[in-house]
Amino acid sequence: MLTIDHLKKHFGSVKAVDDVSLDIKEGEIVSIIGTNGAGKTTLVNLISGYLRPDSGQILFLDKDITHASPYVRIQMGVGRSFQLIQLFGGITVLDNVRTALFSKYGMIKRGLLSADRYSSITEEAIKILDNFNISDKKGLTPKGLSEGDLKILDIAIAFALKSKLLLLDEPTSGVATSDKFKVMDSIVSAIKKEGISTLIIEHDMDIVSGYSDRVIVMHEGRVMAEGKPEDIMENKEVKATVFGIVS
Amino acid sequence: MWIIYTLNGLYFAALLFLISLGLNIILGVMGILNLAHGSLYAIGAFIAAWIIIAIGAKIPPFFLYITLLSGFVLTGIVGLIMEKSLIRFMYKRTLEYQLLLTFGALMLLEDVIKMIWGGQAYYASAPFDLLGKADIFGHVYPTYFLFVMIIALIAGLLIWLFMSKTKLGIMLRAISLDREMATGIGLDINRLSTFAFVLGSALAGLAGALVVPTTPALLGFGHEPLILGFIVVVVGGLGSLKGALVGALLVGFTRSFGIAIFPEIELPLLFLIAGIILVVKPEGLFGR
Amino acid sequence: MGLKNKPNYLRWIVYLILFIALLFIPRILSIHDLMLFEYGLTFAIVGLGFNLLLGYTGLLSFGHGAYFAAGAYSVAMIAKYLPQAYSIEIVIPAALFFSLILSIIFGFVCVRHTKIFFSILALSLSMLLFALLFKLYHITGGSDGLRVPLPTMFGFSFKGIRRPEFLSGTYYYFLLAMFAISFVVMKGIVSSPFGKALQAIRDNEVRAELIGIRVRRYRLYAFCISGMFVGLGGALWTFVNGHVTADLSHWVFSGEIVYMTLLGGFGIFEGPIVGAMIFTYLKLYAMGHTEYWMFVIGATLIVLVLLLPSGVAGAFSTLWRRTIKGN
Repeated sequence: MLTIDHLKKHFGSVKAVDDVSLDIKEGEIVSIIGTNGAGKTTLVNLISGYLRPDSGQILFLDKDITHASPYVRIQMGVGRSFQLIQLFGGITVLDNVRTALFSKYGMIKRGLLSADRYSSITEEAIKILDNFNISDKKGLTPKGLSEGDLKILDIAIAFALKSKLLLLDEPTSGVATSDKFKVMDSIVSAIKKEGISTLIIEHDMDIVSGYSDRVIVMHEGRVMAEGKPEDIMENKEVKATVFGIVS
Repeated sequence: MWIIYTLNGLYFAALLFLISLGLNIILGVMGILNLAHGSLYAIGAFIAAWIIIAIGAKIPPFFLYITLLSGFVLTGIVGLIMEKSLIRFMYKRTLEYQLLLTFGALMLLEDVIKMIWGGQAYYASAPFDLLGKADIFGHVYPTYFLFVMIIALIAGLLIWLFMSKTKLGIMLRAISLDREMATGIGLDINRLSTFAFVLGSALAGLAGALVVPTTPALLGFGHEPLILGFIVVVVGGLGSLKGALVGALLVGFTRSFGIAIFPEIELPLLFLIAGIILVVKPEGLFGR
Repeated sequence: MGLKNKPNYLRWIVYLILFIALLFIPRILSIHDLMLFEYGLTFAIVGLGFNLLLGYTGLLSFGHGAYFAAGAYSVAMIAKYLPQAYSIEIVIPAALFFSLILSIIFGFVCVRHTKIFFSILALSLSMLLFALLFKLYHITGGSDGLRVPLPTMFGFSFKGIRRPEFLSGTYYYFLLAMFAISFVVMKGIVSSPFGKALQAIRDNEVRAELIGIRVRRYRLYAFCISGMFVGLGGALWTFVNGHVTADLSHWVFSGEIVYMTLLGGFGIFEGPIVGAMIFTYLKLYAMGHTEYWMFVIGATLIVLVLLLPSGVAGAFSTLWRRTIKGN
């Protein structure tokens, strides 16, 4: 579904993404791990359209989106979450998701009937919140949510846009360590229910290993290793450079 | 007549430059648009007129011109009081509150002017009359207008030197470029903001003091200069000193030629030109 | 639907009771107080419109006097130049139309910006209208303004009737009906999908764009709707006031609109209505008791900004929530 071919992005002498090729299949959950500065976030920015590559190609659903605007990519179904949460802080959790749904269905021009009257949208929004285990907080504004719930809501909005591919940039950063697995459980179970292809960016192998079909290790802009989580854990090169374990 | 129009344009520009320079310094360093800026200008005018009326006849002519500086100094002090008692509580507040606070200050100051100086007009034309007329390429032109241009030029040069050469000026510029970074490197934002507000107020007061020998000070004296100052700031670009200069020249010339050619729609014409510039270049001529 | 329904019903029942109470106002208040109340009602409509932009879209205009003036001058100009068409069922749509046109033109320039730049631009453009109204005095009456006679209403003429009688009779109920319609329509707008989209833009412009909302276009829609409500308020105000001047487009008047909205509280739907009422009485009271009324309302504003940032209605609502949840 997503194919990246020899993608390159340099910032001056820094090779942020250097000749990276990878592909993600329908319904697959792939994690990219690597130390800070390995080029993970740059890669996500290239896929979502915030940055343009120096060379290489990005194919999504067999269409070339290398130079498409972020807006077009969203329309096609590339959704993303942010390392720094981007939410609508003054409206309720339910309205955060509902607004995304209204927009997705081209209904935001409807200006006279209360949003509550569109009960099918409300039901769908509640179903999404249910999937992410935060429907009990639907009446609160984001100010009343924990860091973990904020992360989940951020992803739920991307999810509501019917993304076919979700890019999750450090979904558990800022979340208390004890909650990280709970947050990942909520996110991954919702994604799996819908069979959405997902690319997760993380620097912590422990968090992603249980949830990924495949792990890609990046180092200094390049793909260093790729494989099933359990194989990556045993890879000596990866252990030495990424986990800092010398055996 | 073109020479006269040009000189008039330069004279308007000189005054507007002082007003918008003050607005711009406050806006750049503090991020606050001071709606009471026009009232500070009016206070400068009233103070200068008051002093000239009281002691003007008893002092040598040279000192008469020094008294015009009282507008600069005393309005600066009014600015200091205003900053210490009101503005400083607003740094962390949102735009709505900052604007409304200065709006409240405007209403307050207008009535304070009314309480102190009453409703009558204050004439203080001695500095204007004493300088007489100059002959410029066969045209008679008031020398006082030339004096105002020179003062504005000197003030502009001093501010430029101050902003680019002194440590204090460079710190102020650092804040207007990147507030967070400036905090990060340990600048005392509060004290620098106070300074910027005082300097901005003083410049408004200076402009008011310079005008009062030509036009009597009246209630509501600062309304039009404030709006023209806004146009200069918007056209020139927020927080840019170069923009203030170019904007002031543009507005000054538009006014002077507008008054001469289309007297009835001189002001609308000005807005029209400003509007066109903003549609073409939304951030202003020198905006960031 | 489910859960959210019950409190909503209650809310509308309270609104209905208040509306019925308002029907009896002319029997309670003296002519003078009733006129004051009508000023308050027109400003309440203005406040509702203004707050769509400030409270719900996050844009602070310091130039909404322009749309008020557009509505008011539509009425006054028709009265002067098209007297045969001077009936309320023509001038009100005309006022809506001209304030819409003006909002589209000015809004197009303004919505390219946000925050302080938006505020200054809105202010400057309103001053453009002010300058035109002021300078073209042989058409607009300049600073003397134009007198506004009593209109005909649905074929009924008020010749020979004095303004106070007009205002305490038919016109009060007409005004109240316009207020009620404005209230219901605006309530619909802010709770509709469109209203949610505006709030999303207010809260996070970047993410709003990312969920597919065309931010600038929606800001313009909000600007125009807001301008039309303010224009309607302006038109209705002229009949009460009987006279329009260029000052309506002056930024100081726009400042008063901002003041009212903040006084009531822009975070609450009903806030601007409360603010408009209090402001009308406050200003009149101050003007009646001291020459230095600007000092009084200026000082009130400063105290308000420093101590009561969520406005009167905001403070009450916080207090209410604390009492029912707390203890």
